[in-house]
Amino acid sequence: MIFFWAFVVGGLICAIGQLLMDGLKLTPAHTLAAFVVSGAILDGLGIYERLIDFAGAGATVPITNFGSSLVHGALTEADNSGLIGVITGIFEVTSSGISSAIIFSFIAALIFKPKG
Amino acid sequence: MANSTSKTSMETEEYKQIANRMEPKRPLGMNCLKAFLVGGFICVIGQLIQMFYMMTFNFNEHTVADPTVATLIFIAVLLTGFGVYDKFSQFSGGGTIVPVTGFANAMSATAIEYRSEGYVLGVGGNMFKLAGSVIVFGTVAAFVIGIIYAIVTQQWEGM
Repeated sequence: MIFFWAFVVGGLICAIGQLLMDGLKLTPAHTLAAFVVSGAILDGLGIYERLIDFAGAGATVPITNFGSSLVHGALTEADNSGLIGVITGIFEVTSSGISSAIIFSFIAALIFKPKG
Repeated sequence: MANSTSKTSMETEEYKQIANRMEPKRPLGMNCLKAFLVGGFICVIGQLIQMFYMMTFNFNEHTVADPTVATLIFIAVLLTGFGVYDKFSQFSGGGTIVPVTGFANAMSATAIEYRSEGYVLGVGGNMFKLAGSVIVFGTVAAFVIGIIYAIVTQQWEGM
């Protein structure tokens, strides 16, 4: 069942993205920025976590999860060490995503040549 | 002077209208369906990877997202390197842009593209050219929300 909801929720988020790009003629960069900010706001309101419980990877794979994890790290650290924790905690959860994207992309640039 | 600016704006207006008329109609419903199917499919792959990590290692439902995202990024970078991801992208649009794999694709594609300008100025300097806005806006939004949260919950002792 989790697979079904992962498919539906993940697919819906992507369809909304397509709607923003085609309907409102936003560039992909604007769409992604809007999604990250929405994910951050939804996590701040405590909604995104429930969506993850409900849809699993359908909520954690779209880029909205990036915004949500940023907020999550910031709020968790804010609980532990107060206001300064907002700064120290922001990248705590997203570290794996950002560092792996940087490392793999750099290795790819070493190995692959541009196509076409 | 005022006359000439109004004339220019008329021309821009006219140009916009003509450009709008000439632009091929985007099949909105079909594009959304494609984005839905491809995006859903990528999330199902993510769910499979997640299940695998949960069964093999000691991850719970919340911590498992990190290695899953890293794995998907690895796959996306590999597909980008082989030139496959861009072909998927042309077909599905939002379905490949919105998942985290699209983020990885944006980073690795620019990294590969700019390697001819050298590793420091080219790869290092341009890697975040497309993906940077995601990190910047995400971080700023998270900061604002974090500050609001900290104030609301009266977490002042860390200052």
